[in-house]
Amino acid sequence: MSSTTIKPAAIRKTLTVRATPERAFEVFTAGFDSWWPKTHYIGSSPLKRAVIEPGVGGCWYGLHEDGAQNLWGDVLAWEPPARLLLAWRITGEWAYDPDLLTEVEVRFTGVGENQTRVDFEHRGLERFGDSDAADRTRVSMDGGWGTILESFQAAANA
Amino acid sequence: MTNARAFAALADPTRREVFERLAHGPLAVGELARGLPVSRPAVSQHLKVLKDAGLVTDRPEGARRVYQIDPHGLGQIRAWLDQFWDTALDAFKAAVERDGDPPADEDKP
Repeated sequence: MSSTTIKPAAIRKTLTVRATPERAFEVFTAGFDSWWPKTHYIGSSPLKRAVIEPGVGGCWYGLHEDGAQNLWGDVLAWEPPARLLLAWRITGEWAYDPDLLTEVEVRFTGVGENQTRVDFEHRGLERFGDSDAADRTRVSMDGGWGTILESFQAAANA
Repeated sequence: MTNARAFAALADPTRREVFERLAHGPLAVGELARGLPVSRPAVSQHLKVLKDAGLVTDRPEGARRVYQIDPHGLGQIRAWLDQFWDTALDAFKAAVERDGDPPADEDKP
């Protein structure tokens, strides 16, 4: 068997939105709660609000109906209106792990009057395999995963 | 290294398609092959590679064999995130275009 290490491909998405880069950046960040699917959160209490704090070092997190705040990661680069780089520190088992670093990069490029291309990338996915916490909690994954996939399907079919 | 093997298995686009279909739920080979531009034996071959890589498991169900994503395989995270970001970014696009000031050249009905 080959010993070559092959990294998982980054998740890449490109979309065009009818807005200026300034507006697209603003809706993505300040308006995060207006579009983030409420079906997607970590923890046991339903998501009330999703937040991206402005500026490098800011956090992104969910605020929950029971008052809990669940961190997802932090802002690594804040370059409005062109670029946003977030650390996604949620393991495959839906737990926050400060030692996990995967990166979510979003680039906003004006491509015409009131048109912005959004290039999205979630990379470093190979690091999902590194965490000890992931191994410890892997057992609990089955139930959580099924539930989340059901939520996803409901959202996708809505 | 399980990880590397898992992701090598996903490098092939058809295999990835097979894998992503399984992200929605368990399927038999015939169901998986439907709509794919490859033969059923080719799908079986992809499934074998995915199984060897620890990404899917199979179980007999009557006369057929049903495949599902191995819940312990790391590749599931990627498949899930891939779909998840589609959903999220669609919602983002809708929000940008819904809340934005309408362009000057678009008259409201």
